[in-house]
Amino acid sequence: MTPQAMDAIVTIRDLNLHYGQFQALKSVPLDVRTRKITALIGPSGCGKSTLLRCLNRMNDLIPGCRVTGEVLFEGRDIYASGLDVCLLRKRVGMVFQRPNPFPLSIRDNVVFGLRVAGIRDRARLDEVVESSLTAAWLWDQLKDRLNEPALDLPLDQQQRLCVARLLAVEPEVILMDEPCSALDPIATARIEELMIELKKRYTIAIVTHNMQQAARISDFSGYMLLGEMVEFGLTAGVFTSPKDKRTQDYVSGRYG
Amino acid sequence: MERHFDEQLQTLKLHLMKMSALAETMIGDAIRALVQRDEAAIPLVYEREEQVNRLQIVIDEMCLTMIALHQPAAGDLRFIMGAAKTNAELERLADQAVNICNKAEKLLKEPPLKPFIIIPEMARIAREMLHDSLHAFVNRDVAISRDVLVRDDEVDRMKAEITVELAAYMAEDSATISRALALVLIARNIERIGDHATNIAENTIFVVEGRDIRHHADHRLAEK
Repeated sequence: MTPQAMDAIVTIRDLNLHYGQFQALKSVPLDVRTRKITALIGPSGCGKSTLLRCLNRMNDLIPGCRVTGEVLFEGRDIYASGLDVCLLRKRVGMVFQRPNPFPLSIRDNVVFGLRVAGIRDRARLDEVVESSLTAAWLWDQLKDRLNEPALDLPLDQQQRLCVARLLAVEPEVILMDEPCSALDPIATARIEELMIELKKRYTIAIVTHNMQQAARISDFSGYMLLGEMVEFGLTAGVFTSPKDKRTQDYVSGRYG
Repeated sequence: MERHFDEQLQTLKLHLMKMSALAETMIGDAIRALVQRDEAAIPLVYEREEQVNRLQIVIDEMCLTMIALHQPAAGDLRFIMGAAKTNAELERLADQAVNICNKAEKLLKEPPLKPFIIIPEMARIAREMLHDSLHAFVNRDVAISRDVLVRDDEVDRMKAEITVELAAYMAEDSATISRALALVLIARNIERIGDHATNIAENTIFVVEGRDIRHHADHRLAEK
């Protein structure tokens, strides 16, 4: 691991976000470290998904949403005017709570982004299909079924197909907003193991309402409450000796 | 399905095996210093004690972190708790080797009291009990653990025998008292090593069978 690997690929300082009159984020800081898993935990409504969506400007799609503060990706402010938001979203991709494969074949899902970018070379597309499905631990199961509809797959395979679709466009950061909420415990375990494998090559930021999931797989954890980042640090520290009493109460199940 | 957690369990086992190997070597070196009057063995014991102490801290931190982060259940939880307890036994066991070494250092300054017969034999059995009990813990072997429990009786018997023998020396000649007392205490240290090894064996039975057999005199009959 190079010294840079422990650097933050995304740095957030003093981030404030309003949905109309409602302030959802209050002076939030965040460091997302390269090729580590960073988890955002906290009760419903604390702002964790809102914060995650700031990392690739998905909040732009919400009318009335205003952001102030600094969000730096590789040192560059992503809210600066003239920034190519589509390119940002290629480099900082997102997986959602409900698996959302397109109503296309498995193969066409994976290569969709490449085709939109104008890549037509069959050999190149085939190569990307294989490498992306392999990285998502789907190749062996699906290699003989690539023309079948993606929506026929069981949910955890659909979710991993969404990961494969994302990997096909070679992101650097993968954002996951409660990626396992719709999945059963065994499917969840497979996705968690996949995330641990993926972090060797990609930076991952995950929002989860399941704090045990954050404990199991993340390197860094941030506990949020009512729009504030209450505590952020190494996951081992947050779950063994948190500095803030509010964190202690939450991780020991005494919240609310 | 092999999980990330399983790799950490493997690492925990390797740390325990390393700690046990250090403790076994410390016992061997302490006894060699005593019986073969090998002064060069003495600093080796103290060096290894520092390594054992560092490992104790690493292992305890690992156990704490694994419980906090992975919420282990059932067999995994019993194993981690057993590992934390075994960790404590190994550290105290290593302390016994250091105690033997301290006394050996003093005894080397005086002429030997008598030929060593019982003490090296006790130490050999205790060292094997340590080796077997720790490997049984790591490999979840209940049969070997039960055998370790039985061997402890032999160590206890030999300690009683050497104590009686040394008492006779002291009664006959008061000039032998300081050396004889030191040897009685060394025999006690070795007996304690055997006790720690039996504690590790009891931990294994708890981990594998979920039964707490401590303080039960019939534990050796439990299998029948």
